[in-house]
Amino acid sequence: MEPIRKHKGLVYPLNRSNIDTDQIIPKQFLKRIERQGFGQFLFYNWRFDDDGIRREDFSLNDPKYDNASILVAGENFGCGSSREHAPWALQDYGFKIIIAPSYADIFYNNCVKNGILAIKLSEKGVEQLIEKAETSTYELTVDLEKQVIQDSEGFEATFEVPAYHREMLLNGWDEIAVTLTHEDKISQYEQAQ
Amino acid sequence: MSQPKTIIEKIWEQHVVHVEPNKPDLLYIDLHLVHEVTSPQAFEGLRMQGRKVRRPDRTFATMDHNVPTLDRYFIKDPVSKKQMETLKENCEEFGIPLADIDHPDQGIVHVIGPELGLTQPGKTIVCGDSHTSTHGAFGALAFGIGTSEVEHVLATQTLWQTKPKTLNVKVNGQLGTGVTAKDLILAIIAKFGVRFGTGYVVEYTGDAIRSLSMEERMTVCNMSIEAGARAGLISPDETTFNYLKGRRHVPKGKDFDEAVEKWQALATDEGAEYDTTVEIDANEVEPQVTWGTNPGMCIPINATVPNPDKASTKNEKDEISRALEYMGLTADQPISSVEIDHVFIGSCTNSRLSDLRKAASIVEGKKVKDTVQAIVVPGSQSIKLAAEEEGLDVIFKEAGFQWREAGCSMCLAMNDDIVPYGERCASTSNRNFEGRQGNGARTHLVSPEMAAAAAIEGRFVDVRKFATTLSS
Ligand code: SF4
Repeated sequence: MEPIRKHKGLVYPLNRSNIDTDQIIPKQFLKRIERQGFGQFLFYNWRFDDDGIRREDFSLNDPKYDNASILVAGENFGCGSSREHAPWALQDYGFKIIIAPSYADIFYNNCVKNGILAIKLSEKGVEQLIEKAETSTYELTVDLEKQVIQDSEGFEATFEVPAYHREMLLNGWDEIAVTLTHEDKISQYEQAQ
Repeated sequence: MSQPKTIIEKIWEQHVVHVEPNKPDLLYIDLHLVHEVTSPQAFEGLRMQGRKVRRPDRTFATMDHNVPTLDRYFIKDPVSKKQMETLKENCEEFGIPLADIDHPDQGIVHVIGPELGLTQPGKTIVCGDSHTSTHGAFGALAFGIGTSEVEHVLATQTLWQTKPKTLNVKVNGQLGTGVTAKDLILAIIAKFGVRFGTGYVVEYTGDAIRSLSMEERMTVCNMSIEAGARAGLISPDETTFNYLKGRRHVPKGKDFDEAVEKWQALATDEGAEYDTTVEIDANEVEPQVTWGTNPGMCIPINATVPNPDKASTKNEKDEISRALEYMGLTADQPISSVEIDHVFIGSCTNSRLSDLRKAASIVEGKKVKDTVQAIVVPGSQSIKLAAEEEGLDVIFKEAGFQWREAGCSMCLAMNDDIVPYGERCASTSNRNFEGRQGNGARTHLVSPEMAAAAAIEGRFVDVRKFATTLSS
């Protein structure tokens, strides 16, 4: 997993709440057995019509967001299915950071495990960011060490990531390797059963 | 006396392997269920690191999501086929028991776990599937995980978990005739919203819950995730023990009695405190139909579809408008006026024998409306067999339903069972998200009884009135 410390990038605003993982990546793309290559299917049914033609009216298809790496969305982002294909698709498409007022629990965990920083920001803060990003080419700098978001126009907001998740993201840990350092305890537990 | 505890705290404490300050707890996992869609990358991860599966004996796999329900040996899509073959190869390589496509135990992972007695009170159960909450019906702490966590459990039989907050959903009173467990959970989500369970483990308590059968409890716990809760459970009682007795993986004889004693002690203590409690009166719950694109967008059968102009916030207004547009409905339209094209009776929410019996009792001697295509997909091959022994298949077929083989099927339409663009389906599954049953498909979630009645009438009807006409 790639460590993430500080990131500056273009913001893509998606002003909807309850975006479920069926929207992030529809089921017909879950059949592959690889971990890579899911970016092309991100928000597929919103980006493409029934015949596979790009929908010009869906904002992510606007070339101005081509290099976006920070996604800002409404509350309860990533609800529904546990499919890790959702963060895989977001990451493969180029998103490194998500900002929303709240996330579904499983989706949030899946992000951490893949080195995606999912930031919880107040609803008001998110509204502000969405408005700016909808009306201009808008960049943000996210500093995970200091837990602060800034733009060049004086916007600044702090956020909190649970200590353990923060460490994992900053160091890009292989969690299984960490756990296996406690193998003696796992064995003890099993023997006591 | 020690401090009264909830079942959630008791199970948690029994499974903590390791604690450190500022870190989640390392929790032992008793049972890991595996299916073909969320596991291939996890096994690949193990291979890349040269790791083994720590406890193949605590792991159990089946195939369900991709399985064809017409001819199960003919998998048209080569990518689906490859995914199923990959599971088989992985299970062979790592020594994991598998209920393969031609195995009599095959079925939806959340249906066969309880059926085989793998699911038991007090266990920690995980699966790379959000509806793992189903197993909570037995008083197990069961939750869905992503593929990285699947890999973690395969390698270590543990997970790092932050202790969840506890939420008591107390259901007072009793459900009326014709009102089902499905209506109850839909009404709960409609009342409290699709986010109210986020960050919590839910315990369902109250008289109405105690009166539910095991199968009905599974329906309720299954949809906990649709309220945002990773896990939802019910303290075990006689209903639980009676269901478990004699099942394949459940202890027998004296061991069973000892197990029951342990299980009884798990139930939430009198006076235990929850972080939050909400209450609902079961007597007031009516048969439900979802009108929108998440399970909280749900109304009683005799109600009208919401009007965005009456929304209290702009966000809510936008959400309602978008859902109405996607669903092809107009504001203030009675939900009973909505005509349907498809009926799907199946999924891990409502595909058990009792669900099929209830649906069959509605359609017996009647005919599916000629504009409707209706299918029944049993949750497992053994349910299919049991239903056939009772003649339920004949009742369904004579009414004009198709009788299929077990699998997830039209719940997520990963196989060929797809609702075409713009068409409308009354479905006993758990998600009415955009495109869930097919790109552009319009899903209305209902109980098996309501789905059966809708198949006959071609539109939604109040099953309580339907049953009266039936008997008079
Ligand atoms: S039946 Fe539907 S919800 Fe249940 S496991 Fe299968 S796809 Fe998931």
